[in-house]
Amino acid sequence: MDETKKKHEHKDCRKLLGSLSEYVDGELNEELCFVLEQHMEDCEDCKIVVDTLRKTVNIYHMTAETGALPGDIQQRLYKSLNIEEYLE
Amino acid sequence: MNDHENKVEDEGFSLKLLQGGNPEEFSRLVNMYSSKIYRLAIKMLNQQQDAEDVLQETFLKAYRGLMSFDGRSKLSTWLFRIATNEALMILRRKHPDFLSIDESIETEEGEQEPVQIIDWCCLPENEFLSEETRKLLDAAVQTLPESLRVVFILRDINNLSTHETAEVLGLSDTAVKTRLSRARLRLREELSAYFGERVNVIREAQRNESIEISSRSGEKLFLRSKGEDENG
Repeated sequence: MDETKKKHEHKDCRKLLGSLSEYVDGELNEELCFVLEQHMEDCEDCKIVVDTLRKTVNIYHMTAETGALPGDIQQRLYKSLNIEEYLE
Repeated sequence: MNDHENKVEDEGFSLKLLQGGNPEEFSRLVNMYSSKIYRLAIKMLNQQQDAEDVLQETFLKAYRGLMSFDGRSKLSTWLFRIATNEALMILRRKHPDFLSIDESIETEEGEQEPVQIIDWCCLPENEFLSEETRKLLDAAVQTLPESLRVVFILRDINNLSTHETAEVLGLSDTAVKTRLSRARLRLREELSAYFGERVNVIREAQRNESIEISSRSGEKLFLRSKGEDENG
């Protein structure tokens, strides 16, 4: 790969960086979406960044669902609000 | 019934009962949102006692403030706003040099360029569910500046929409998107450093395993070349 092409691609990556988060949410407008997908066909680095960014968000979503309020904290909360009798 | 009451009804609550001080209805509200409020607080503060204080204070303030709740936002948005303010107050008390959430960071130079370019998506799923990973995820969130951390927690951990997050923080939707993008890219860097290493470890183990299998099956050529390598 010659140097000019390398430089050009790098500039595009920089410009597209701010769109990646919306892209993984499926909220990027059609036009930019097209530009980004075209770019990723030739840019393995950006493809990896997008894939790992999507995975990063997925892992956080996946692990967030399981966090219920610990029982002792719930009890103290209900007590402080004087609604202990409604504790399930 | 006016529009504001409608909004509260849509969330499954009666504004009339809540404002009338009905303890059963209030306990339903607590039951519905306490885990999300606690999660927001613990991820913001990384300290159980502080997070518990925020949780209790949020619902005490909500109880006292229900009469003046105008219903222009959802109850959940209102509760998150109280909780966020409480958490930020604790952070400000502990770190007086703390950057205000209102301070514009949009004018700063754009996103940091990605440094970690390694594809770790192929790792086995159980790698992402381990206790060690959970600790890493929490620690990575703590490395974010508060202005990005709060946006990330509301959007990606508490699952609020961009607009709800903007309402909670008094920011524009665009500002929320910018901050979320920066937060996610920084977290991707943190996770890539760790999982990239895991990919290398697993690849190395697989390589060693294949060497062992090859040597067991008596591939003379392979053994000879390995032997040559070892002898320099």
